Amino acid sequence: MYITFEHYQNQESLIHHLDPRVKVVVTVLFVISNALLPDGAWAAFALSWLMLLGCIFLARLNLVFIIKRSLVVLPFTLAAATAIFTFPGQSVFCAQIGSWHLTATDAGLVRFFSILIRSWVSVQMAIVLTASTPFPDLIHALRHLRVPSILVAIISFMYRYIFVLSDEAMRLIRAREARSARLRGGSKNGGTIKWRAKVAGNMAGQLFLRSYERSERVYNAMLSRGYRRVLLTINPHVMRSSDWVVGGAAIFMLFLILMAGRV
Amino acid sequence: MPIVHKLPTIKIPETTLTTGAPNGTILSVDNLTFSYPDGHTALREISLPIKRGEKVALVGPNGAGKSTLMLHFNGLLQGNGHIQVAGMPVKKENLAFIRAAVGMVFQNPDDQLFSPTVFEDVAFGPLHMGLPEAEVRARVDTALEQVGMKPYAQRLSHHLSSGEKKRISIATVLAMRPKILALDEPSAGLDPRARRSLIELLDQMPLTMVIATHDIRMVDELLPRMVVMDQGRIIADGPTDELLSDQELLETHGLEQP
Repeated sequence: MYITFEHYQNQESLIHHLDPRVKVVVTVLFVISNALLPDGAWAAFALSWLMLLGCIFLARLNLVFIIKRSLVVLPFTLAAATAIFTFPGQSVFCAQIGSWHLTATDAGLVRFFSILIRSWVSVQMAIVLTASTPFPDLIHALRHLRVPSILVAIISFMYRYIFVLSDEAMRLIRAREARSARLRGGSKNGGTIKWRAKVAGNMAGQLFLRSYERSERVYNAMLSRGYRRVLLTINPHVMRSSDWVVGGAAIFMLFLILMAGRV
Repeated sequence: MPIVHKLPTIKIPETTLTTGAPNGTILSVDNLTFSYPDGHTALREISLPIKRGEKVALVGPNGAGKSTLMLHFNGLLQGNGHIQVAGMPVKKENLAFIRAAVGMVFQNPDDQLFSPTVFEDVAFGPLHMGLPEAEVRARVDTALEQVGMKPYAQRLSHHLSSGEKKRISIATVLAMRPKILALDEPSAGLDPRARRSLIELLDQMPLTMVIATHDIRMVDELLPRMVVMDQGRIIADGPTDELLSDQELLETHGLEQP
C-alpha cells in the first residue's frame, strides 16, 4: 500500500529550487503571522491568501490538489465553533439543540470565521511546502534549523517506516479476512461486536509488538554501523543569493500583511 | 551560509585494522557460551577461528544459534568467552573499531536500511566512523559502484525491490571498508534472478565472509568452508564438499544435500 507524498515533488520551479531551510522558515513565519492577525482583519487575510496563491502559482502546483488536501483540517476548526455562541455581542440568530438554547453573536461569528480562514490558509501553505520539497530535504532543513535531534530522528524514522507499518497492518487485516469465513445459514459474519473488538484489539497489540521488535533490530543495525547516540548527516544544501533574496522578500511581505492587519 | 558539521571525537586509525593476529586469524571465537536473559542458553562452548580471506557458511536448523553467534562478532551481544577481531578483543573500548571491521548485514533489508534515502543509508557508517565529508562521499560512491547501484543514490529505500534493497544493504557496510563481512540469510526472500546476481556479487568480493544461511546450494557454490550448528553447539566444521557428502550428518541436523 503506497500513500504518495511525492506527488508533485519532482517538478522544476522557483519554489522547488529554493533551499529547504528558507521554505521551512517562511512557512513557519507565515503561520505565525496568520495567528497574529487580529479577528476580522479581512484585508490582511486577503493579502495572506494572495501570497499563498502566489506561492502556488510560482511552484506550479495544482490549486484543486492543494484545496482538496487542505480540507482535512476543516473538522479540527469545528472546535472553534463554540466561539459563535459564547462571545458577547449583537445576537444574529438562535438555535435550539435539545434543551440548549444557543444564541449566535456577530462578534462570535467574526471570531469563528477568522479562525477558520487563519487555519485554512496556514495549512495550505504547509501543503505547498511538503508538495514542493522532497521529504529528506525537509528533514535536513529541520536538522539544520536546530530542531532537537531526537524529534528530527523520530520524524525521519516515521517517514521511513510508515509504509513498512502500513504493509504490516495490511497483512494482519488480510490474515483476518482470509479466516473470516461463514457457513450457509450459520451465525452472522464476524460474530458479536464484543468478539470483533477483541480481535481488533489483538491485532493492534500484534502490530505494536512487531514494531517494538523491529525497533530493536533497527537499533542493532545502527549500532553495527557505528551509531553512538548522536545522529550525523551530510547536508548537500548551500544557501545561494537567490535563496536570501526570496526569503527576504517573503519575510517583507509577511511584515506588510501584519501592518495591514493593524490598520 | 556554508554548513559546518560537528565532527565526532573518535577517529578510527585504519592502520590498526589491517594487522590482525600474527597467524592470519582475523576472527577468533574461543569457548563462547551465551544465555539470553530469560535463561535460554543459545550458545554452548563455541570455538571458531577464521582466517583472513576465508569464506565460511554457518548452517543448521532454525534456533541453532547462528544469528546469535553473529551478533557476538561485533559485540552487540556479549557472552562468556573470548572473541578477537583483527587482533582486538571484543570489549567496550574497542567496539567502535570492531564495528568498523565487521560489516554486519542483517536478514531483513527493512531493518538494515533505516534512512530516508539510499545515499544517507550508505553514508551512515562512514559518517559515524568520524570520516570527513569528502571521504564519506567518495566511499558512498565506491560502495554503490561495487554493488552496481550507483544510479540509486537519491532513491527512497521504501520504493526499491528486495534484490535492490539487499545490494544496498551490502553497500552500507562496504562503505565502512570492513575486514569481515557477516551476512545473515542474504538469499532469503530473493527471486532466482536476484539470488543469482547476489551470489555472483559475493563471489567477486575478496573479503573474509561469514554467512548464516539455509541456502545449501549457495553454500556449495560460494563458501568452501562449512560450520554446522545445532542447539547452540558447533557439530561439524570442515570443507564444504566433504560435509555435504556426509548424508547422515546432514539428516541428523535437518539439512539437505544441494
